[in-house]
Amino acid sequence: MDDVLELTVAEALRRIEDGELTAGEYFDAYAEAAGGDELGAYLWTANPGPTATPPPPESETRRRRAGDSLRGAPLAVKDIFCTEGIETTAGSRILEGYRPPYTATAVRKLADAGARLLGKTNMDEFAMGSSTENSGYGPVLNPWDRERVPGGSSGGSAAAVAGRVAPWAIGTDTGGSIRQPASLCGIVGLKPTYGAVSHYGMIAFASSLDQCGPLTRDVTDAALLLRAAEGRDACDSTSVGIDGGVELPSREDLDGLRFGVPRELSAEAEGIEAGVSEIFERTLGKIRELGGEVDECELPHAAHGLSAYYVLAPAEASANLARYDGVRYGLRADADADLIAMYERTRAAGFGAEVKRRIMLGTYALSSGYYEAYYGRAQRVRTKIADDFRAAFERFDYLVTPTSPTVAFKIGERTADPLAMYMSDFCTVPMSLAGIPAISIPAGLAEPDGGGAGLPVGFQIAAPAFDESGLLDAAHALERAIDFDTRPPGVRP
Amino acid sequence: MIDRKQVLHVGRLARLELTDDEVDRMSGELSTILDHVERMNQLDLEGVEPTSHIVPLENVLRADEPRPSWPREQVLEPAPDPAEGAFRVPSPQA
Repeated sequence: MDDVLELTVAEALRRIEDGELTAGEYFDAYAEAAGGDELGAYLWTANPGPTATPPPPESETRRRRAGDSLRGAPLAVKDIFCTEGIETTAGSRILEGYRPPYTATAVRKLADAGARLLGKTNMDEFAMGSSTENSGYGPVLNPWDRERVPGGSSGGSAAAVAGRVAPWAIGTDTGGSIRQPASLCGIVGLKPTYGAVSHYGMIAFASSLDQCGPLTRDVTDAALLLRAAEGRDACDSTSVGIDGGVELPSREDLDGLRFGVPRELSAEAEGIEAGVSEIFERTLGKIRELGGEVDECELPHAAHGLSAYYVLAPAEASANLARYDGVRYGLRADADADLIAMYERTRAAGFGAEVKRRIMLGTYALSSGYYEAYYGRAQRVRTKIADDFRAAFERFDYLVTPTSPTVAFKIGERTADPLAMYMSDFCTVPMSLAGIPAISIPAGLAEPDGGGAGLPVGFQIAAPAFDESGLLDAAHALERAIDFDTRPPGVRP
Repeated sequence: MIDRKQVLHVGRLARLELTDDEVDRMSGELSTILDHVERMNQLDLEGVEPTSHIVPLENVLRADEPRPSWPREQVLEPAPDPAEGAFRVPSPQA
């Protein structure tokens, strides 16, 4: 059955349809693989075998309406999504043991389309981090090199998909949390347009930036997953869906498409490794070979994206995380103290160092006397960055950058220096601030600075808002030309 | 530079008890991060509108039909100290 673990989901579904594989065999192969996960990718996994509880009749009707298109395909879900009756912690000790009374819309829609929950994946606490070292439940190892991080915050989802213990997964991206781990693990990661997928039941970090999206082995699977997950939701007034839905990609050339290379996020960016630059340049060559035009462009305010982001995201987080107060769910510490002391001690005991740092940063930026200097200013920078993208998309169809300035770094290498960790998101944050879709596809292997075996390098393509179908089509053509082998050496036969 | 006194003040606002060690560390780390953030001050942002949300939002209305809310027990189930059909909290002057 090992062969089954190498299939893309689209290919497995074709085999199930043709009767060469059963949905039960497909699920069980992954349930066994996930149960034996050695990467720390999972916090909870399903047992092999038929579903313990038959789906309720209401969900049965919905499933039939959706055409049963995902045919029981196993799905790994980042532990930030609420799943009814199944522990959901967002990687935090403050939510240890929390069993939500409801399921997130994104997960429910995928289940309605026929996907079956395979497991809940490990993550940086409340999605704050770029290495998954901030999980309250231990780190995740990169399947390409177990001494290195898988990226973050959706590191468990990325490692599971790359490490063949999940065929695909959903994650969330606030400033790069899908794209950067996809890059570091050599898989595909898509952050859709803000509002494409419902936030309902997705534990909030920074509400104006958080977005659910797929982590997959190829671009077609990303389209297949997004197609089932997107849509307007009565439970989330910020969800708008994707007009016209998502087309499965088929494009094989890039004829007539114009690709802009923003100087500020490529040649002029700080800290881009030589190996990453080399793969980036080589990929630009492939775009030209496929008939695409490549030209340099400017995003004059993009280099300030990280500064604006590290005000806006912590500010929103400090407000969102006020709900963890030891009253309605999760941990309560020192029940004998007075009310305020109970709040303070519960939060001191339940949150990890990075979450505390961001709550402090956000509270400071919103506090009396500093609001305008930090939060107000950052909101204006956000306007300028969105304007920069709008202007660039008048000349170009797509913009391309390296996804991460570096390949996967060593576990522990950046934990002592928060700012160095934040720099991981330099090239992904501007698209988040502008709310536009961006995909990372694996483009090749490069040695880390200082030498060593080759590690995956991601190539980021950004598109105008709601042009997911065009973006996936372009990524599909490029993916074919790159022909990257997503199997890490350890799992290669 | 954020000093110890400011860190303790912000910690109180955030309802976060900090150890002495955390106060020291936080003072240095927050100062380093804010130094980086202050690079934004190089930009001329006079007259630029702030963006709080990137998608133009419309008000969403639904039919005003009564429907059952969740059972009380289900909502109280994950609470650390439910009592008499409510969330019990310590007294403000325990």
